[in-house]
Amino acid sequence: MSLAQETPATPARPPARRNGRWSAFTHLVVVRMKELKREPEVVFWVFGFPLLLALGLGIAFRNKPADVTFVAIVQGSGTQDALSLIERSPQKSSIHAELLDKPAALKGFRLGKYDLVVESDGKGGFQYLYDPARPESVLSRAEVDDALQVAAGRKNPLPTSSVISNEPGSRYIDFLIPGLIGMNLMNSGMWSIGFALVDMRQRKLLKRFVATPMRRSDFLLALAGGRLVLMIAEVGLLLGFGALVFHIRVVGSLLSILILSAIGAVGFAGLGLLTASRAQKIESVSGLINLIMMPMWIFSGVFFSYERFPSVIQPFIKALPLTALNDALRATILEGAPLATQAGRLLILVLWGGISFLLALRWFRWT
Amino acid sequence: MPAAIECLDLRKTYDGKVEAVRGLNLRIEGGECFGLLGPNGAGKTTTIEILEGLLDPTSGEVTILGHTWRKNQREVREWLGVSLQETRLSEKLTVRETIDLFASFYREPRSADHVLDDLQLGEKADAFVGKLSGGQRQRLAVATALVGNPRILFLDEPTTGLDPQSRRQLWDIIRSFQRNGGTVLLTTHYMDEAERLCDRLAIVDHGEIIAEGTPSELIERLGGHHVVEFEASGNSGDGSALNAWRALPGVESVRHDNGLVSLTVREPHLTIPPLLDAVAKHGSQLLHLTTRQASLEDVFVNLTGRHLREQ
Repeated sequence: MSLAQETPATPARPPARRNGRWSAFTHLVVVRMKELKREPEVVFWVFGFPLLLALGLGIAFRNKPADVTFVAIVQGSGTQDALSLIERSPQKSSIHAELLDKPAALKGFRLGKYDLVVESDGKGGFQYLYDPARPESVLSRAEVDDALQVAAGRKNPLPTSSVISNEPGSRYIDFLIPGLIGMNLMNSGMWSIGFALVDMRQRKLLKRFVATPMRRSDFLLALAGGRLVLMIAEVGLLLGFGALVFHIRVVGSLLSILILSAIGAVGFAGLGLLTASRAQKIESVSGLINLIMMPMWIFSGVFFSYERFPSVIQPFIKALPLTALNDALRATILEGAPLATQAGRLLILVLWGGISFLLALRWFRWT
Repeated sequence: MPAAIECLDLRKTYDGKVEAVRGLNLRIEGGECFGLLGPNGAGKTTTIEILEGLLDPTSGEVTILGHTWRKNQREVREWLGVSLQETRLSEKLTVRETIDLFASFYREPRSADHVLDDLQLGEKADAFVGKLSGGQRQRLAVATALVGNPRILFLDEPTTGLDPQSRRQLWDIIRSFQRNGGTVLLTTHYMDEAERLCDRLAIVDHGEIIAEGTPSELIERLGGHHVVEFEASGNSGDGSALNAWRALPGVESVRHDNGLVSLTVREPHLTIPPLLDAVAKHGSQLLHLTTRQASLEDVFVNLTGRHLREQ
């Protein structure tokens, strides 16, 4: 036997199997899910934390007693009248008044203990000291003035009556849950993609992957695929939690909610990909991700309505992807708005995601 | 038949300044185990990453089994198995999951079980990667390279930092791949590894090949197969003394390093008696004398005047 026969030019082992076109993609998705499942802290931040947040805020704002306004009345001539007038007024249950000397009253007002200071104006009337920048102070002035006037004998020319509303759909928790879903989609999109990629680059695993015949597009698709699987779990959990614990009424169709969340999840995954396209270190990508998310935490109406910000910056706020996602989620979940009416918001999300993705492809470093 | 790996006038310049590779030519035939040997920073990793298609050369041409990276990237990748220096595989996956993942990237991979058996990782199949020892991790890294059923195996410093037993296990794995007809290109800064494993090797220094051949050819080029090392009292290392040693019968070259004089000789039994006489005549006393087979380390020192481990 010649040497050439003993050592053929290629290994003669038969292959064990033939892989199909999508074998790499499915393996990458499955592996990603397994890795996430095996990191308890990831499970907590993705699932546990938003639930705790919803629970905490939901309870804090659920059975809030009627607002009581705290008023300081400065001792002096006529102030005893003020106290007794308030006692006689129909609003007495919502006004808590205390008699104090002037320095103590002013100090308490400065510290926010009192919303309003009432003192005699020396001409038989009263003078209010309030801060127009503090909504509760403004409210208190109106309420106390009303109470005093009515108790002093004012007759209202127009009969009115009020009905209390705390039906599901208009409470704080109803506002909060869609916002939390949106914020969670942003957080996990940015972190799970951005962090995972830079970590893999740092470990030279990306380089190792591209040394195989794996298609780079399959790898990126698998990241997006993993996000979609997680997205269903995240949204389902928060929505289910809201419905069970806080009796939130989900008006829109589940399919619309899922489509919306999917667009959001993939859009933020694109943004995450962009932040991770060059960074070599976890520290640098962490800073970058926080920098990008920070304005959206504040402006995009997660915890409170962005309508409170000056109208000059409203267009900027509305152009943020999280604002678009939150608005769309609220409209769909709480009002059942069909997707077709939300084309503008969807376009904003798609543009953010799409442009980030294209830029990321240009800049991305595998090594 | 095209060479397994061939490159012509390969150059790589980083940022227009640092010349990592300066005009490298290599031709590695199918079935060969070829070693790139050199100190840290010699350009070995840059060279192997260019050959693996992971880095673009500044200039020069690479062909793998007759195909270039530019035209046939995906096809060529099917034929290669690669183990990079210091890849940290995911710690939360098991050994089998990791091998299965890499298998999924290839059109016709080998069965994970066979690879596990070949690399003696069968017992650890269900262990998390994070729990493996250094030697086991390195074998897993090679397993991820072998599972694609490659024709060419690239190994960048496969045994750096391993204990002797793990090194030997890896050498066996590499040899058995080669026995089955595979081609191997490895880099190392271990002389003994290169001598034992490689059919041919190139010594690389400052981005250039300074010597190439079989290990025995390279040692042959020293002129002698043996090294006589001694230390003597007095000035055994100064210029005139060195000339005296060089004039001894059978001495091919003389080196002096920290009081230790090394003579490369053809036949120690012809050199040592006159050496003893010469030391006595010099009026000094022999403190220490050993003889050993010449190694690639001697070749390297002879070519560069430096030891391999020196930076």
